[in-house]
Amino acid sequence: MRRARRVLPAALLLLALIGMWELYVDLKGPTFSLILPPPHQVAKALYDDRSLLWSSFLVTAQEVLLGILLATVLGVVLSVAIHFSPTLRRATYPLIVASQAVPVAVFAPVLAFWLGFGILPKLVVVAIVSFFSIVVATTAALATVDPDLLKLMRTFDASRLTTFRHVEFPSALPGVFTGAKIAVAVSVIGAVFAEYTGSNSGLGYVILVSEPQLLVARGVAAVVILSLFAIALFSLLALAERLALPWAYRPREEHPA
Amino acid sequence: MIEAPPEEPRELNAAADYVRVELVSRGFDTKRGRVQALAEMSLRARAGEVVAVVGPSGCGKTTLLELICGLQKPDSGTVRAEPAALMPQRDLLLPWLTAIDNAGLSLRARGVSRDEARRTVAPWLERFGLARFERTRPAELSGGMRQRVSFLRTLLAGKPVLALDEPFASLDAITRQEMQGWLAHVLASEPQTVILVTHDVEEAVMLGDRVVVMSPRPGRTVSEIEVTLPRPRRRTDAAVVELRERALAALGVGT
Repeated sequence: MRRARRVLPAALLLLALIGMWELYVDLKGPTFSLILPPPHQVAKALYDDRSLLWSSFLVTAQEVLLGILLATVLGVVLSVAIHFSPTLRRATYPLIVASQAVPVAVFAPVLAFWLGFGILPKLVVVAIVSFFSIVVATTAALATVDPDLLKLMRTFDASRLTTFRHVEFPSALPGVFTGAKIAVAVSVIGAVFAEYTGSNSGLGYVILVSEPQLLVARGVAAVVILSLFAIALFSLLALAERLALPWAYRPREEHPA
Repeated sequence: MIEAPPEEPRELNAAADYVRVELVSRGFDTKRGRVQALAEMSLRARAGEVVAVVGPSGCGKTTLLELICGLQKPDSGTVRAEPAALMPQRDLLLPWLTAIDNAGLSLRARGVSRDEARRTVAPWLERFGLARFERTRPAELSGGMRQRVSFLRTLLAGKPVLALDEPFASLDAITRQEMQGWLAHVLASEPQTVILVTHDVEEAVMLGDRVVVMSPRPGRTVSEIEVTLPRPRRRTDAAVVELRERALAALGVGT
């Protein structure tokens, strides 16, 4: 009952938006529905094209999941290296920031040239766009470990590495999850753009070819699935964090001062 | 200057000074200019002695402990101390570790394996009345229990000197009194050289063999009071009350 009341506002808002969308397309006339199909057509496409959409979804989901995983592994490694070396931080940070400003569409063809047309270049694109938030969140978490805790470890004669292993690394793990959660949205967009270049499968490919075929509703259906996937992936990461790091989870009501 | 630990096995030699702070000054540069934390502060602790340092907030007590622990160097003066382990003001327990692993952190810091650290810690938890909470994480421990785990962690560091930084300041009044009684009991059965920093004059008199009263910033010793009363002491004893009043007077607090 309480759970129902929690999701009710979101459900009502969504229904209202869908209603307005339907009405708006209706008012604009049939030609406009070729640009933006009304919700009932999208729903129909979701049903009619379910086997195509499902198999495409599996392709894109795999790219996103593996891409985020790759970004997490590389991001954590780089964050740790940056944590130990201020010089490395100064050298790499501008490049990491700059890598975010480069539109995916620009370097996707280069990656296709280097890595071919399989899943690899898509993984790399997803990893590149996800990398930033993971590195920023992880380095921030490593840098904000309580300095008093580090002093304490020094009075216990702990070496730099021992302190890292027992204190700094575990306390940075929530930061890794934060970075990965932020990365979810951009990684989905990244996968779509990666599929625009040199691919013949995935939801991005479905979106790309639907429009010229005047199957716009199918393209929007693919977008709906991508959005649902982003929500699901975000929730999954939040759940994984709560299971893996229960100590980092605090119900909002009893947040300590 | 910090001296290396002595080679011979550690024994409480009452003649030896374990901590000697002489005419130490220490200041910090802040955005608002230079702040002098300590000015020609002196203090000594003999082996097995509990020296309670009282002073108003911000008189450089934490700086004093960090100097003794070798975490800072004095601007002038000398600090000669046996290796000291810190017990911080906030318990600073690691939220992901259980009580037994938190208490064992100081052992793990020296490279002791987890199993061996647990074997060492377990009987101590029993003695400290925490046996049932071995596998409990800090978030589910009471304030008093957390301080006991924190104290045990510092104790197990195996250093000749324990530097306790306002260990009970964050506890409620009732728990604080309980913990003071508990610490007095532990120190009676397990003599240690302790520098106990506090702003609670009663705590200083209840626990200390000697009370060092510090001035407001810049901190220095304004008075030293020997507490020769037998233990256990009671707050209401006339002698305790009298010493408390003397310490308060030295702090410049009229009663």
